[in-house]
Amino acid sequence: MSEVLLQRAFYGALAFLTLVALGAGALSAGPAGIAFALFAALTLGGGVMCIWERSVVRSAFALMATFGGIAGLFVLLESDFLAMAQILIYVGGILVLILFGVMLTPPDLKERSLVRVGAGTFVVGACTLWLALQVAGSVHWAVTSAPRDGRTPNTGGAREIGVGFLDANGYVVAFELAAVVLTVALVAAVYIARRKRSDLVTAAAGPGGRRV
Amino acid sequence: MGLGAYVGVSAALFALGIICILVRRNVLYVLMGIEMILNAANINFVAFNRFGGNGLDGRMFAIFTIILAAAEAAVALAIVLNVFYLFNSIKPSEADLLRE
Repeated sequence: MSEVLLQRAFYGALAFLTLVALGAGALSAGPAGIAFALFAALTLGGGVMCIWERSVVRSAFALMATFGGIAGLFVLLESDFLAMAQILIYVGGILVLILFGVMLTPPDLKERSLVRVGAGTFVVGACTLWLALQVAGSVHWAVTSAPRDGRTPNTGGAREIGVGFLDANGYVVAFELAAVVLTVALVAAVYIARRKRSDLVTAAAGPGGRRV
Repeated sequence: MGLGAYVGVSAALFALGIICILVRRNVLYVLMGIEMILNAANINFVAFNRFGGNGLDGRMFAIFTIILAAAEAAVALAIVLNVFYLFNSIKPSEADLLRE
């Protein structure tokens, strides 16, 4: 019963904070501020939900909101190609992998402890806040506003990224290296995840049999 | 919105990822926390590239981060499955074979 109330209070607080963020964005920067606040709220709200939810499936779907919000932030940062890659790879690939992991392991609904969540949030939040204040007070970035005029307005499109990848003076070595790393990692993952013959014998003996 | 807003969102997401790793006792939450941390770094790369430098360096870094995150997720899932077969549990604290 109190679990329901707790859940309602949590989502109420989340919705309230989102509305506050939207209002603050609208007051400070107009429509662009609203868009930024929306995507930032999606990103951070998804992260908070991921930590809060008891069931891993719900956490994984909360993570989908986070990845979607980050794709939106990439669009606002004029990086269309990255936004598309973010949705394709994170939402379409990595999240599905995590859901595979969820389905192949047993659920444990009693694992979340509110004491741990509260203590961890307090300690890490305090450290982050302190560090952020230190950085904001001491570092003076050379650029804090929109880029200078006279530049091409959008340098993050698919064409620019592709030319950068294949240009001999660009990133072609890193590109090939990434291809090799990806191949090696995926072959290794298949090899590690493969069930060996002895495991299959153990599995036939009974579910969840411990290998000796 | 200026650079500071994006850096702030990135810092908050990084903190959430750390909390996710520390607080939950399940290997899958560790994976999700790592993804959040990598994404926070990506937001920073792209934001600094957009507001600062003239080239494509930041966006390229972000793309390579995404590629390595995909490889990491695949290997990590394979390791999680093996840990579960071996220990019949996915709590990070129970994988303690090397301690004996």
